[in-house]
Amino acid sequence: MGLKTKVNAEDGKQELIITREFDLPVELLFKAYEEPEIIEQWMGNKVLQLENKKHGSYRFQTSDPQGNVVFQANGIYHEFVPNQQIIRTFEMENTPFAPQLEFLEFEKLTDDTSKLTMHIIFKSLELRNMLLQMPFAQGINMAHNRLQEIVSKLK
Amino acid sequence: MNLRRDVFQAIADPTRRAILVLVATQSMTAGAIASNFDTARPTVSKHLQILTECELLQQEQNGREIYYHLNPQKMKDIADFIEPFRKLWDDRFNKLEDIMKKFKPNK
Repeated sequence: MGLKTKVNAEDGKQELIITREFDLPVELLFKAYEEPEIIEQWMGNKVLQLENKKHGSYRFQTSDPQGNVVFQANGIYHEFVPNQQIIRTFEMENTPFAPQLEFLEFEKLTDDTSKLTMHIIFKSLELRNMLLQMPFAQGINMAHNRLQEIVSKLK
Repeated sequence: MNLRRDVFQAIADPTRRAILVLVATQSMTAGAIASNFDTARPTVSKHLQILTECELLQQEQNGREIYYHLNPQKMKDIADFIEPFRKLWDDRFNKLEDIMKKFKPNK
């Protein structure tokens, strides 16, 4: 089985493209970006605010098991077109990383499959590379660890 | 090869990852770094030692103070593998897919 999620980071370009095909109708894929409770489940973040509309804003927060806030992020939606497209900014609070611009394209492949293309543009090449070097800076790893915790509890 | 494995072991620890993020854009003294953590100072020192040994951090003497800063060259070893970054997104999207497959619209 090939890799379902692909990351393309071309040399010398301050951008990044993440693609993924899902065994889901595009409507369900998009719903996972619309509903705060669902976002919380797969992102591992708490959703403090989520306004699904042009000029709306969102805020995410991650805490460690002791309840300390370890990660906060926010952004503004520039486009929010259900089942088609999200354009938004994304900023990690209290980090050296500048806000980034994200283009999310939702594509219907068949009735039961869909594709997501995430095109991220960074302030500089250096920042992109730093983020690639430190994916954990996004608190992603913490989310990942939490995911493992949830999964292991299910066993 | 051994060295590379050490680098990955070094970043496997959450406190050490947090230290790397802290010094990403500025040099800091051990004291300044430790003040960002609830962890005991000797524990932070131990983390700094490990990060320095595998060359992710470099020390710089400035008067009586030792400053720590990120070694971009060594960090590049990690970047040569996009895999950890890809894996994280893959895990997230797998989770998304699982959740949505079970999703029942309540109309």
